[in-house]
Amino acid sequence: MAVFSADFLPTASWDNLRLRARLLGKVRQFFEARGFLEVETPILSADTVVDRHLEPFAVPMAGRALTGGPAETMWLQTSPELGMKRLLAAGATAIYQVTRAFRQGEQGPLHNPEFTIVEWYRVGDDMRAGMQLASDVCECLLERGPAERISYAEVFAAQTGLDPHAATAAELASRARALGVEIPASLAADDRDGWLDLLVAERVQPALGLRRPVIVYDYPASQAALARVRPGPPPVAERFELYASGIELANGYHELTDPAELRQRNRANNAWRRKEQKLDLPENSRLLAAMEAGLPPATGVAMGFDRVAMLAAGAKDLREVMAFPIDRA
Amino acid sequence: MASYNTSEFRKGLKVQLDGDPYLMIECNFVKPGKGQALYKCKLRNLLRGTVIDRTYKSGDSIEAADVEEIEAQFLYRQQDQFVFMDNKTYEQYELSKELVDEAWKYLKEGMVCSMTLFNGNPISVSPPNHVVLKIEYCEPGARGNTATNVTKPCRMETGAEILCPSFVEMGEFVKVDTRTGEYIERVKA
Repeated sequence: MAVFSADFLPTASWDNLRLRARLLGKVRQFFEARGFLEVETPILSADTVVDRHLEPFAVPMAGRALTGGPAETMWLQTSPELGMKRLLAAGATAIYQVTRAFRQGEQGPLHNPEFTIVEWYRVGDDMRAGMQLASDVCECLLERGPAERISYAEVFAAQTGLDPHAATAAELASRARALGVEIPASLAADDRDGWLDLLVAERVQPALGLRRPVIVYDYPASQAALARVRPGPPPVAERFELYASGIELANGYHELTDPAELRQRNRANNAWRRKEQKLDLPENSRLLAAMEAGLPPATGVAMGFDRVAMLAAGAKDLREVMAFPIDRA
Repeated sequence: MASYNTSEFRKGLKVQLDGDPYLMIECNFVKPGKGQALYKCKLRNLLRGTVIDRTYKSGDSIEAADVEEIEAQFLYRQQDQFVFMDNKTYEQYELSKELVDEAWKYLKEGMVCSMTLFNGNPISVSPPNHVVLKIEYCEPGARGNTATNVTKPCRMETGAEILCPSFVEMGEFVKVDTRTGEYIERVKA
Protein backbone atom coordinates (compact mmCIF):
# COMPACT_ATOMS: atom_id res chain seq x y z
CA MET A 1 0.00 0.00 0.00
CA ALA A 2 1.26 3.44 -0.88
CA VAL A 3 1.79 5.52 2.23
CA PHE A 4 1.81 9.28 1.95
CA SER A 5 1.16 12.20 4.20
CA ALA A 6 -1.89 14.24 3.21
CA ASP A 7 -0.18 17.51 4.07
CA PHE A 8 0.91 17.99 0.47
CA LEU A 9 -2.69 19.04 -0.16
CA PRO A 10 -3.84 22.68 -0.04
CA THR A 11 -5.76 23.81 3.05
CA ALA A 12 -8.04 26.02 0.92
CA SER A 13 -10.92 24.69 -1.14
CA TRP A 14 -10.86 25.13 -4.91
CA ASP A 15 -13.89 27.42 -4.56
CA ASN A 16 -11.88 29.72 -2.30
CA LEU A 17 -8.77 29.59 -4.51
CA ARG A 18 -10.95 30.61 -7.45
CA LEU A 19 -12.44 33.42 -5.34
CA ARG A 20 -8.89 34.61 -4.54
CA ALA A 21 -8.04 34.73 -8.21
CA ARG A 22 -11.22 36.70 -8.98
CA LEU A 23 -10.42 39.20 -6.21
CA LEU A 24 -6.86 39.65 -7.52
CA GLY A 25 -8.35 40.40 -10.93
CA LYS A 26 -10.67 42.98 -9.32
CA VAL A 27 -7.73 44.66 -7.56
CA ARG A 28 -5.92 45.08 -10.86
CA GLN A 29 -9.03 46.33 -12.67
CA PHE A 30 -9.74 48.81 -9.88
CA PHE A 31 -6.31 50.43 -9.98
CA GLU A 32 -5.95 50.17 -13.76
CA ALA A 33 -9.25 52.06 -14.16
CA ARG A 34 -7.92 54.87 -11.96
CA GLY A 35 -4.66 55.24 -13.82
CA PHE A 36 -2.39 53.56 -11.28
CA LEU A 37 0.77 51.91 -12.55
CA GLU A 38 1.46 48.38 -11.32
CA VAL A 39 5.04 48.14 -10.04
CA GLU A 40 7.35 45.51 -8.58
CA THR A 41 10.05 46.25 -6.01
CA PRO A 42 12.51 43.84 -4.38
CA ILE A 43 11.19 41.42 -1.81
CA LEU A 44 14.79 40.87 -0.65
CA SER A 45 16.38 44.19 0.27
CA ALA A 46 19.38 45.68 2.06
CA ASP A 47 16.92 48.01 3.81
CA THR A 48 14.15 47.22 6.22
CA VAL A 49 11.53 49.13 8.16
CA VAL A 50 12.66 49.92 11.72
CA ASP A 51 9.48 49.19 13.63
CA ARG A 52 9.08 48.28 17.29
CA HIS A 53 6.68 45.44 16.70
CA LEU A 54 7.75 43.98 13.33
CA GLU A 55 10.37 41.25 13.18
CA PRO A 56 11.87 40.92 9.70
CA PHE A 57 13.51 37.72 8.44
CA ALA A 58 17.25 38.29 8.07
CA VAL A 59 18.84 36.55 5.10
CA PRO A 60 22.60 35.90 5.24
CA MET A 61 24.17 36.68 1.86
CA ALA A 62 26.73 34.30 0.44
CA GLY A 63 29.07 36.93 -0.97
CA ARG A 64 29.36 40.68 -0.73
CA ALA A 65 29.81 40.98 -4.48
CA LEU A 66 26.33 39.61 -4.98
CA THR A 67 24.75 42.46 -3.07
CA GLY A 68 26.70 45.11 -4.95
CA GLY A 69 27.57 46.69 -1.65
CA PRO A 70 28.55 46.11 1.93
CA ALA A 71 25.41 44.25 2.99
CA GLU A 72 26.15 40.83 4.45
CA THR A 73 22.61 40.56 5.67
CA MET A 74 19.59 41.38 3.59
CA TRP A 75 15.97 41.36 4.68
CA LEU A 76 12.74 39.90 3.43
CA GLN A 77 10.39 42.86 3.27
CA THR A 78 7.78 43.33 6.00
CA SER A 79 5.94 45.53 3.46
CA PRO A 80 6.93 47.05 0.11
CA GLU A 81 6.81 50.61 1.45
CA LEU A 82 10.53 51.44 1.19
CA GLY A 83 10.79 50.51 -2.48
CA MET A 84 7.50 52.12 -3.42
CA LYS A 85 8.34 55.43 -1.74
CA ARG A 86 11.66 55.47 -3.58
CA LEU A 87 9.64 55.25 -6.80
CA LEU A 88 7.54 58.23 -5.64
CA ALA A 89 10.72 60.22 -5.04
CA ALA A 90 11.82 59.20 -8.55
CA GLY A 91 8.68 60.65 -10.15
CA ALA A 92 5.85 58.13 -9.85
CA THR A 93 2.45 59.69 -9.14
CA ALA A 94 0.05 56.77 -8.63
CA ILE A 95 1.38 53.25 -8.16
CA TYR A 96 0.19 49.95 -6.74
CA GLN A 97 1.71 46.56 -6.11
CA VAL A 98 0.58 43.05 -5.23
CA THR A 99 3.41 41.31 -3.43
CA ARG A 100 4.46 39.00 -0.63
CA ALA A 101 5.53 40.28 2.76
CA PHE A 102 7.17 38.38 5.61
CA ARG A 103 6.88 38.86 9.35
CA GLN A 104 8.65 36.63 11.80
CA GLY A 105 6.60 35.06 14.58
CA GLU A 106 3.18 36.12 13.33
CA GLN A 107 1.09 32.99 13.17
CA GLY A 108 -2.53 32.26 13.97
CA PRO A 109 -5.98 32.25 12.40
CA LEU A 110 -5.40 35.83 11.17
CA HIS A 111 -1.64 35.68 10.62
CA ASN A 112 0.80 33.75 8.47
CA PRO A 113 4.51 34.65 8.45
CA GLU A 114 4.31 34.98 4.64
CA PHE A 115 1.30 36.82 3.28
CA THR A 116 0.04 38.87 0.35
CA ILE A 117 -0.08 42.66 0.54
CA VAL A 118 -1.82 45.00 -1.85
CA GLU A 119 -0.18 48.39 -1.41
CA TRP A 120 -0.84 51.67 -3.19
CA TYR A 121 0.30 55.33 -3.17
CA ARG A 122 -1.05 58.46 -4.77
CA VAL A 123 0.87 61.72 -4.77
CA GLY A 124 -1.10 64.74 -3.56
CA ASP A 125 -3.62 62.77 -1.50
CA ASP A 126 -4.11 64.04 2.04
CA MET A 127 -5.44 61.66 4.69
CA ARG A 128 -9.08 62.38 3.77
CA ALA A 129 -8.49 61.50 0.10
CA GLY A 130 -6.50 58.45 1.18
CA MET A 131 -9.36 57.21 3.37
CA GLN A 132 -11.83 57.69 0.52
CA LEU A 133 -9.69 55.60 -1.82
CA ALA A 134 -9.26 52.87 0.82
CA SER A 135 -13.02 52.81 1.34
CA ASP A 136 -13.53 52.49 -2.43
CA VAL A 137 -11.08 49.55 -2.67
CA CYS A 138 -12.84 47.84 0.22
CA GLU A 139 -16.29 48.43 -1.29
CA CYS A 140 -15.11 46.99 -4.61
CA LEU A 141 -13.64 43.83 -3.05
CA LEU A 142 -15.89 43.10 -0.08
CA GLU A 143 -19.17 44.57 -1.38
CA ARG A 144 -20.20 45.68 2.09
CA GLY A 145 -20.73 49.36 1.22
CA PRO A 146 -18.48 52.36 1.92
CA ALA A 147 -16.57 52.50 5.20
CA GLU A 148 -17.77 54.63 8.11
CA ARG A 149 -15.16 56.90 9.67
CA ILE A 150 -14.47 57.41 13.33
CA SER A 151 -11.45 58.91 15.07
CA TYR A 152 -9.26 56.82 17.36
CA ALA A 153 -10.17 59.17 20.24
CA GLU A 154 -13.93 58.70 19.68
CA VAL A 155 -13.86 54.93 19.36
CA PHE A 156 -11.43 54.53 22.27
CA ALA A 157 -13.61 56.74 24.50
CA ALA A 158 -16.75 54.85 23.45
CA GLN A 159 -15.30 51.51 24.60
CA THR A 160 -13.18 52.58 27.58
CA GLY A 161 -14.43 56.00 28.66
CA LEU A 162 -10.90 57.44 28.44
CA ASP A 163 -9.22 60.03 26.22
CA PRO A 164 -6.34 58.12 24.57
CA HIS A 165 -4.37 61.31 23.92
CA ALA A 166 -4.57 62.58 27.50
CA ALA A 167 -4.90 59.54 29.79
CA THR A 168 -1.78 58.57 31.75
CA ALA A 169 -0.38 55.03 31.74
CA ALA A 170 -1.68 54.61 35.30
CA GLU A 171 -5.20 55.65 34.27
CA LEU A 172 -5.14 53.26 31.30
CA ALA A 173 -3.89 50.44 33.53
CA SER A 174 -6.55 50.93 36.16
CA ARG A 175 -9.26 51.07 33.49
CA ALA A 176 -7.95 47.84 31.95
CA ARG A 177 -8.24 46.19 35.37
CA ALA A 178 -11.71 47.61 35.94
CA LEU A 179 -12.82 46.24 32.57
CA GLY A 180 -11.58 42.77 33.51
CA VAL A 181 -8.85 42.62 30.86
CA GLU A 182 -6.33 39.80 31.41
CA ILE A 183 -3.04 41.68 31.82
CA PRO A 184 0.42 40.41 30.79
CA ALA A 185 2.63 40.33 33.88
CA SER A 186 5.50 41.88 31.91
CA LEU A 187 3.56 44.97 30.79
CA ALA A 188 5.48 47.86 32.42
CA ALA A 189 3.42 50.30 34.48
CA ASP A 190 4.77 53.25 32.46
CA ASP A 191 4.45 51.66 28.99
CA ARG A 192 1.66 53.99 27.84
CA ASP A 193 1.53 52.64 24.29
CA GLY A 194 1.51 49.09 25.64
CA TRP A 195 -1.60 49.84 27.72
CA LEU A 196 -3.26 51.59 24.76
CA ASP A 197 -2.53 48.54 22.57
CA LEU A 198 -3.85 46.14 25.20
CA LEU A 199 -7.14 48.04 25.55
CA VAL A 200 -7.47 48.35 21.77
CA ALA A 201 -6.80 44.63 21.24
CA GLU A 202 -9.13 43.51 24.01
CA ARG A 203 -11.95 46.02 24.05
CA VAL A 204 -11.92 48.26 20.96
CA GLN A 205 -10.89 46.23 17.93
CA PRO A 206 -13.33 43.29 18.34
CA ALA A 207 -16.26 45.75 18.04
CA LEU A 208 -14.99 47.49 14.88
CA GLY A 209 -16.76 47.15 11.55
CA LEU A 210 -19.36 44.63 12.66
CA ARG A 211 -22.25 46.23 10.74
CA ARG A 212 -20.21 47.74 7.93
CA PRO A 213 -16.52 48.46 7.37
CA VAL A 214 -15.06 51.27 9.46
CA ILE A 215 -11.95 53.43 9.14
CA VAL A 216 -10.31 54.58 12.38
CA TYR A 217 -8.09 57.67 11.93
CA ASP A 218 -5.91 60.15 13.86
CA TYR A 219 -3.81 57.78 15.95
CA PRO A 220 -1.83 58.77 19.04
CA ALA A 221 1.29 60.69 17.96
CA SER A 222 3.41 58.05 19.74
CA GLN A 223 2.10 55.43 17.27
CA ALA A 224 2.82 57.32 14.06
CA ALA A 225 5.09 54.63 12.50
CA LEU A 226 5.84 56.23 9.10
CA ALA A 227 2.92 58.67 9.11
CA ARG A 228 3.29 62.42 9.56
CA VAL A 229 2.17 63.99 12.81
CA ARG A 230 -0.31 66.87 12.63
CA PRO A 231 0.49 69.45 15.32
CA GLY A 232 -2.11 69.64 18.10
CA PRO A 233 -3.39 70.07 20.52
CA PRO A 234 -3.39 67.19 20.77
CA PRO A 235 -0.88 66.26 18.09
CA VAL A 236 -2.11 63.18 16.20
CA ALA A 237 -0.57 60.79 13.69
CA GLU A 238 -2.23 61.06 10.28
CA ARG A 239 -2.62 57.33 10.17
CA PHE A 240 -5.73 55.20 9.61
CA GLU A 241 -6.80 51.59 9.74
CA LEU A 242 -9.67 49.88 7.96
CA TYR A 243 -11.67 47.23 9.83
CA ALA A 244 -14.42 44.82 8.92
CA SER A 245 -15.94 42.19 11.23
CA GLY A 246 -13.50 43.21 13.99
CA ILE A 247 -10.52 42.43 11.75
CA GLU A 248 -7.88 44.92 10.60
CA LEU A 249 -7.69 44.87 6.80
CA ALA A 250 -5.55 47.87 5.90
CA ASN A 251 -3.27 50.51 7.35
CA GLY A 252 -2.68 53.90 5.74
CA TYR A 253 -0.37 56.86 6.27
CA HIS A 254 -0.36 60.42 5.16
CA GLU A 255 3.32 59.80 4.56
CA LEU A 256 6.12 61.21 6.62
CA THR A 257 8.42 63.08 4.19
CA ASP A 258 10.91 64.63 6.63
CA PRO A 259 14.21 62.65 6.69
CA ALA A 260 15.34 64.20 9.99
CA GLU A 261 12.14 63.00 11.63
CA LEU A 262 12.58 59.50 10.17
CA ARG A 263 16.15 59.35 11.50
CA GLN A 264 14.95 60.35 14.92
CA ARG A 265 12.14 57.73 14.91
CA ASN A 266 14.49 54.98 13.71
CA ARG A 267 16.89 55.81 16.54
CA ALA A 268 14.11 55.80 19.12
CA ASN A 269 12.71 52.51 17.80
CA ASN A 270 16.09 50.81 17.92
CA ALA A 271 16.66 52.10 21.46
CA TRP A 272 13.33 50.59 22.46
CA ARG A 273 14.18 47.35 20.65
CA ARG A 274 17.50 47.08 22.47
CA LYS A 275 15.72 47.54 25.79
CA GLU A 276 13.35 44.70 24.82
CA GLN A 277 16.32 42.56 23.70
CA LYS A 278 15.21 42.57 20.09
CA LEU A 279 17.48 42.72 17.07
CA ASP A 280 18.95 46.12 16.10
CA LEU A 281 17.81 47.10 12.60
CA PRO A 282 19.71 49.27 10.11
CA GLU A 283 18.72 52.92 10.59
CA ASN A 284 20.18 54.12 7.32
CA SER A 285 18.35 53.22 4.14
CA ARG A 286 17.86 54.30 0.57
CA LEU A 287 14.47 55.60 1.71
CA LEU A 288 16.34 58.24 3.71
CA ALA A 289 18.28 59.17 0.57
CA ALA A 290 14.97 59.39 -1.31
CA MET A 291 13.55 61.65 1.40
CA GLU A 292 16.63 63.88 1.28
CA ALA A 293 16.14 64.16 -2.48
CA GLY A 294 12.48 64.97 -1.89
CA LEU A 295 9.53 62.66 -1.30
CA PRO A 296 6.35 64.32 -2.63
CA PRO A 297 3.40 64.50 -0.22
CA ALA A 298 1.33 61.36 -0.67
CA THR A 299 -0.94 58.95 1.11
CA GLY A 300 -0.24 55.23 0.97
CA VAL A 301 -2.12 52.16 2.14
CA ALA A 302 -1.17 48.53 2.71
CA MET A 303 -3.99 45.98 2.63
CA GLY A 304 -3.82 42.39 3.85
CA PHE A 305 -5.14 40.58 0.81
CA ASP A 306 -5.50 37.18 2.49
CA ARG A 307 -7.76 38.64 5.16
CA VAL A 308 -9.92 40.36 2.55
CA ALA A 309 -10.24 37.03 0.71
CA MET A 310 -11.05 35.33 4.02
CA LEU A 311 -13.92 37.72 4.77
CA ALA A 312 -15.16 37.59 1.18
CA ALA A 313 -15.25 33.79 1.46
CA GLY A 314 -17.06 33.92 4.79
CA ALA A 315 -14.12 32.03 6.31
CA LYS A 316 -12.74 32.27 9.86
CA ASP A 317 -9.14 31.26 9.30
CA LEU A 318 -6.59 32.33 6.68
CA ARG A 319 -5.89 28.63 6.07
CA GLU A 320 -9.23 28.45 4.30
CA VAL A 321 -8.05 30.88 1.61
CA MET A 322 -4.30 30.12 1.34
CA ALA A 323 -3.15 27.16 -0.72
CA PHE A 324 -0.23 26.35 1.57
CA PRO A 325 0.05 28.11 4.95
CA ILE A 326 3.38 28.05 6.79
CA ASP A 327 3.05 24.53 8.19
CA ARG A 328 2.61 23.21 4.65
CA ALA A 329 4.93 25.65 2.91
CA MET B 1 15.62 25.45 34.08
CA ALA B 2 14.55 25.52 30.45
CA SER B 3 11.90 27.99 29.38
CA TYR B 4 9.70 28.66 26.37
CA ASN B 5 9.68 31.98 24.55
CA THR B 6 6.38 33.26 23.07
CA SER B 7 7.64 32.29 19.60
CA GLU B 8 7.63 28.65 20.79
CA PHE B 9 4.13 28.79 22.30
CA ARG B 10 1.78 26.15 20.96
CA LYS B 11 -0.96 23.80 22.05
CA GLY B 12 0.36 20.91 24.10
CA LEU B 13 3.27 22.76 25.73
CA LYS B 14 3.89 21.81 29.36
CA VAL B 15 4.84 24.78 31.50
CA GLN B 16 5.24 25.69 35.13
CA LEU B 17 3.49 28.60 36.88
CA ASP B 18 3.78 29.29 40.61
CA GLY B 19 5.24 25.82 41.07
CA ASP B 20 2.36 23.96 39.41
CA PRO B 21 2.54 22.15 36.06
CA TYR B 22 0.19 23.39 33.33
CA LEU B 23 -0.74 22.17 29.88
CA MET B 24 -1.23 24.86 27.22
CA ILE B 25 -4.58 23.92 25.69
CA GLU B 26 -5.05 27.03 23.55
CA CYS B 27 -2.80 29.82 22.30
CA ASN B 28 -4.12 32.68 20.20
CA PHE B 29 -1.87 35.24 18.55
CA VAL B 30 -3.41 38.72 18.45
CA LYS B 31 -1.79 41.91 17.24
CA PRO B 32 -3.51 45.28 17.29
CA GLY B 33 -2.58 46.97 14.01
CA LYS B 34 0.96 48.24 14.36
CA GLY B 35 1.01 47.48 18.07
CA GLN B 36 2.50 44.98 20.44
CA ALA B 37 1.71 41.32 19.74
CA LEU B 38 -0.13 39.41 22.46
CA TYR B 39 -0.45 35.69 23.05
CA LYS B 40 -3.74 34.80 24.72
CA CYS B 41 -3.37 31.38 26.29
CA LYS B 42 -5.57 28.93 28.13
CA LEU B 43 -3.68 26.70 30.53
CA ARG B 44 -4.90 23.63 32.39
CA ASN B 45 -3.46 22.91 35.81
CA LEU B 46 -2.26 19.31 35.65
CA LEU B 47 -2.68 18.81 39.39
CA ARG B 48 -6.11 20.38 39.87
CA GLY B 49 -7.65 20.25 36.40
CA THR B 50 -8.64 23.94 36.59
CA VAL B 51 -8.24 26.14 33.51
CA ILE B 52 -6.81 29.67 33.66
CA ASP B 53 -6.40 32.47 31.12
CA ARG B 54 -3.05 34.20 30.73
CA THR B 55 -1.95 36.86 28.26
CA TYR B 56 1.72 37.25 27.28
CA LYS B 57 3.56 39.96 25.35
CA SER B 58 5.77 38.85 22.51
CA GLY B 59 9.23 38.18 23.93
CA ASP B 60 7.92 36.90 27.28
CA SER B 61 8.79 33.41 28.40
CA ILE B 62 7.39 30.73 30.71
CA GLU B 63 9.38 28.14 32.61
CA ALA B 64 9.11 24.67 31.11
CA ALA B 65 7.65 22.00 33.38
CA ASP B 66 9.61 18.81 33.87
CA VAL B 67 6.66 16.63 32.91
CA GLU B 68 7.18 13.14 31.56
CA GLU B 69 4.85 10.36 30.42
CA ILE B 70 6.02 6.85 31.30
CA GLU B 71 4.64 3.34 30.93
CA ALA B 72 4.08 1.87 34.35
CA GLN B 73 2.89 -1.59 35.31
CA PHE B 74 0.38 -1.90 38.14
CA LEU B 75 1.87 -4.34 40.66
CA TYR B 76 -0.50 -4.52 43.63
CA ARG B 77 -2.76 -2.64 46.00
CA GLN B 78 -2.08 -2.34 49.71
CA GLN B 79 -5.12 -0.76 51.40
CA ASP B 80 -5.17 2.74 49.93
CA GLN B 81 -1.74 2.58 48.33
CA PHE B 82 -1.34 1.51 44.72
CA VAL B 83 2.09 0.31 43.69
CA PHE B 84 3.35 0.72 40.14
CA MET B 85 6.65 -0.01 38.44
CA ASP B 86 8.30 1.96 35.65
CA ASN B 87 8.65 -0.56 32.82
CA LYS B 88 12.01 0.82 31.72
CA THR B 89 13.82 1.70 34.96
CA TYR B 90 12.01 -0.81 37.25
CA GLU B 91 11.63 2.04 39.72
CA GLN B 92 8.56 1.63 41.93
CA TYR B 93 6.00 4.31 42.72
CA GLU B 94 3.39 4.27 45.48
CA LEU B 95 0.30 6.28 44.62
CA SER B 96 -2.43 7.31 47.02
CA LYS B 97 -6.08 6.61 46.24
CA GLU B 98 -6.63 10.37 45.64
CA LEU B 99 -3.95 10.41 42.93
CA VAL B 100 -5.17 7.22 41.32
CA ASP B 101 -8.67 8.72 41.26
CA GLU B 102 -11.15 6.81 39.05
CA ALA B 103 -8.41 4.57 37.67
CA TRP B 104 -8.64 2.22 40.67
CA LYS B 105 -11.79 0.71 39.17
CA TYR B 106 -9.85 -0.82 36.31
CA LEU B 107 -6.48 -1.73 37.78
CA LYS B 108 -5.54 -5.39 37.46
CA GLU B 109 -2.19 -6.77 38.41
CA GLY B 110 0.24 -6.53 35.51
CA MET B 111 -1.78 -3.89 33.64
CA VAL B 112 0.37 -1.36 31.78
CA CYS B 113 -0.83 2.20 32.44
CA SER B 114 0.38 5.58 31.34
CA MET B 115 1.71 7.65 34.23
CA THR B 116 2.55 11.35 34.31
CA LEU B 117 5.56 12.43 36.36
CA PHE B 118 6.18 16.04 37.41
CA ASN B 119 9.70 16.67 38.73
CA GLY B 120 10.00 12.90 38.96
CA ASN B 121 6.88 12.44 41.09
CA PRO B 122 3.69 10.78 39.82
CA ILE B 123 0.77 13.21 39.43
CA SER B 124 -1.68 11.04 37.52
CA VAL B 125 -2.16 7.61 36.06
CA SER B 126 -4.49 6.42 33.32
CA PRO B 127 -5.36 2.82 32.44
CA PRO B 128 -5.67 1.69 28.81
CA ASN B 129 -8.85 2.99 27.11
CA HIS B 130 -10.34 -0.51 27.06
CA VAL B 131 -9.90 -3.13 29.77
CA VAL B 132 -11.36 -6.60 30.23
CA LEU B 133 -12.70 -7.35 33.71
CA LYS B 134 -14.23 -10.45 35.29
CA ILE B 135 -17.67 -10.14 36.88
CA GLU B 136 -17.28 -11.18 40.48
CA TYR B 137 -20.90 -10.81 41.48
CA CYS B 138 -24.23 -9.94 39.86
CA GLU B 139 -27.89 -10.93 40.10
CA PRO B 140 -28.78 -13.86 37.85
CA GLY B 141 -29.52 -12.90 34.23
CA ALA B 142 -33.05 -12.67 32.88
CA ARG B 143 -33.33 -15.64 30.56
CA GLY B 144 -33.98 -14.85 26.92
CA ASN B 145 -33.60 -11.12 27.50
CA THR B 146 -30.80 -10.03 25.16
CA ALA B 147 -31.81 -6.37 24.94
CA THR B 148 -28.82 -4.25 25.89
CA ASN B 149 -30.89 -1.36 27.20
CA VAL B 150 -31.90 -3.27 30.31
CA THR B 151 -28.97 -3.03 32.70
CA LYS B 152 -27.98 -4.21 36.16
CA PRO B 153 -25.09 -3.28 38.45
CA CYS B 154 -22.26 -5.82 38.38
CA ARG B 155 -19.35 -5.97 40.81
CA MET B 156 -16.05 -6.52 39.02
CA GLU B 157 -12.98 -8.34 40.23
CA THR B 158 -11.45 -4.92 41.06
CA GLY B 159 -14.36 -4.05 43.34
CA ALA B 160 -15.80 -1.49 40.94
CA GLU B 161 -19.49 -1.51 40.09
CA ILE B 162 -20.25 -1.28 36.36
CA LEU B 163 -23.66 -1.23 34.71
CA CYS B 164 -23.92 -4.18 32.32
CA PRO B 165 -26.76 -5.61 30.21
CA SER B 166 -29.00 -7.90 32.21
CA PHE B 167 -27.98 -11.01 30.22
CA VAL B 168 -24.39 -11.17 31.58
CA GLU B 169 -23.58 -13.76 34.24
CA MET B 170 -21.23 -14.06 37.20
CA GLY B 171 -17.78 -15.26 36.14
CA GLU B 172 -18.05 -13.85 32.64
CA PHE B 173 -15.61 -11.30 31.22
CA VAL B 174 -16.69 -7.90 29.89
CA LYS B 175 -14.86 -5.13 28.05
CA VAL B 176 -15.20 -1.66 29.63
CA ASP B 177 -14.34 1.81 28.33
CA THR B 178 -12.25 3.40 31.09
CA ARG B 179 -12.88 6.95 29.88
CA THR B 180 -16.64 6.70 30.32
CA GLY B 181 -16.89 3.77 32.73
CA GLU B 182 -19.32 2.08 30.33
CA TYR B 183 -19.77 -1.54 29.32
CA ILE B 184 -18.78 -2.23 25.71
CA GLU B 185 -19.18 -5.96 25.10
CA ARG B 186 -18.97 -9.44 26.52
CA VAL B 187 -15.72 -11.28 25.75
CA LYS B 188 -14.92 -14.97 25.84
CA ALA B 189 -12.45 -15.90 28.53
